[in-house]
Amino acid sequence: MPAPAEKPSLPDGLVAVVKRDCPTCALIEPVLRQLKSAGRRLTVYTQDDPTFPSGLDVVDDRELEVSWHHAVETVPTLMRVESGAEVERTVGWNRKDWEALTGVGNLGTTLPAHRPGCGSLSVHPDNADALGVRFSGSKLKSRRIELASLEDEVESLFERGWTDGLPGVPPTEGRVLRMLEGTARSPDEVVAVAPPDLIAVTVEKVAINAVMAGCKPEYLPVVLAAVEAACTDEFNMHGVLATTMPVGPIVVVNGPIRRAIGMNTGVNVLGQGNRAGLTIGRALQLVIRNVGGGRPGEVDRATHGSPGKLSFCFAEDEEGSPWEPLSAQRGFTSGVSTVTLFAGEGTRCVIDQHSRKPESLASSFAVSLRAVHHPKLALGFDAILVVGPEHARVFREAGWTKARVLEEIDARLQLPGGDLVRGANGIEEGMPEHFLSDTLPKFRPGGLLLIHAGGSAGLFSEIIGGWVSGAGGSQPTTKEVRP
Amino acid sequence: MTILLDPTSERAVAKRTLVARPSSLKGKVVGLLDISKPRGDVFLDRIAERLADDGATALRFAKPTYTKPAPVDLRQELAAKCDVLIEALAD
Repeated sequence: MPAPAEKPSLPDGLVAVVKRDCPTCALIEPVLRQLKSAGRRLTVYTQDDPTFPSGLDVVDDRELEVSWHHAVETVPTLMRVESGAEVERTVGWNRKDWEALTGVGNLGTTLPAHRPGCGSLSVHPDNADALGVRFSGSKLKSRRIELASLEDEVESLFERGWTDGLPGVPPTEGRVLRMLEGTARSPDEVVAVAPPDLIAVTVEKVAINAVMAGCKPEYLPVVLAAVEAACTDEFNMHGVLATTMPVGPIVVVNGPIRRAIGMNTGVNVLGQGNRAGLTIGRALQLVIRNVGGGRPGEVDRATHGSPGKLSFCFAEDEEGSPWEPLSAQRGFTSGVSTVTLFAGEGTRCVIDQHSRKPESLASSFAVSLRAVHHPKLALGFDAILVVGPEHARVFREAGWTKARVLEEIDARLQLPGGDLVRGANGIEEGMPEHFLSDTLPKFRPGGLLLIHAGGSAGLFSEIIGGWVSGAGGSQPTTKEVRP
Repeated sequence: MTILLDPTSERAVAKRTLVARPSSLKGKVVGLLDISKPRGDVFLDRIAERLADDGATALRFAKPTYTKPAPVDLRQELAAKCDVLIEALAD
């Protein structure tokens, strides 16, 4: 564990940070001497050569501690410090700015009026990670695990039981610190209480698992929101994990964040190839596995599971949709980025290449949706219908709203009890006998979610069956993605 | 040297725990692993005699070379066949 690194204070007066390797710093060497002769209290930190600038008392910052802590990105940087606090800063060489900041006129009159500076060594890509670990690593509270010299980094994750069966990115301090730059939230902030072990999961632990999953830092806010949503009582991640059914947490992303982080909403939207979607879904499952302690064969008792339990995260094609997005259906205004968690199984294709009338297509959807989990079971399970763009076009051209489509499907899924009860049609599975003379809807009100996504060619849509619906099972759960 | 951050709840120990020490070797299968350094066999021959006196069965194994970790097949064979393992680091 690195020693806690205190931010070094700056002396009052003028403070300059320079390096010899920077031509602009060399250019303004006489200006620094001019400031000193004008009687200004000047402290110069040098990043690469303590003999530079000549003729001045120089503070050696080859360790880059001052530069790093005071977020120096460019050299030269000139600051004015009063009572230990920086009150003004300018970077590079600009005569007017330097004169204004120092209160000294006629600075460097033989020099060009303006020259941009160079990159500070403290932000050089070769140094940045190591400096981050050295000066801010102590803010990370997780246990450090030192690998033996012969241990392979990637193999070590398998050996410790930390992965889902695929290789992971080793969560080094440098990578985790970089991941944490993706959020404004503090590493020690508790995001949620993760099942099954009911562990308070911090932003830091989510970041570690996001590194392992292969996320980029800008995905982290989506992962955090997904963890928050999964660990609510309404979503019931514990039950989703423990069930023998083949369901896992499916993450649907809405709002501007989809495009900002490069999520796929088109061709092969539910398939392979998009880093953001795959790694966000995977990170959530790694948090449940590693922090929550939910592992297959232990609390996870799925009979078959599904490939989606590795990762199942996708974004809605809002721009091409005839309807309001899922987030609006879930009560959020447009412009707000959200994740919606749905406990679901794999996907099943609905082919209808002939319907051009919305009534016909709604009927196709209805007969296909009836089969979710079993054609004789009603009201027990929610479902997502991912409507492909070519199917959506039929409804767009007919002017059917999303509410209208849902109503029409629902009207076609009013099932006579006589067809559903146990023993009907020679099938012992079914609804209890007392429903014999009732009519039951396949889905509870609000139990069917429509999402628009997919490639522009193909008269197909996809059904994703849910798990036990409602308060006794899992309910779709939406959370805002916050920075 | 690589340092990783623990992704877990940290309720489990980071190091693997040793198997409980048996109270007696009588009737146990004891693997004798020669790492293939010179004269390791001399040491293990004597240990095998002592084990026989204690009523244990000794099985002999050898690593192909002392310079590398034991191959996976050998480790699995040791785990499958032996109750206890003695490794000879002779030279």
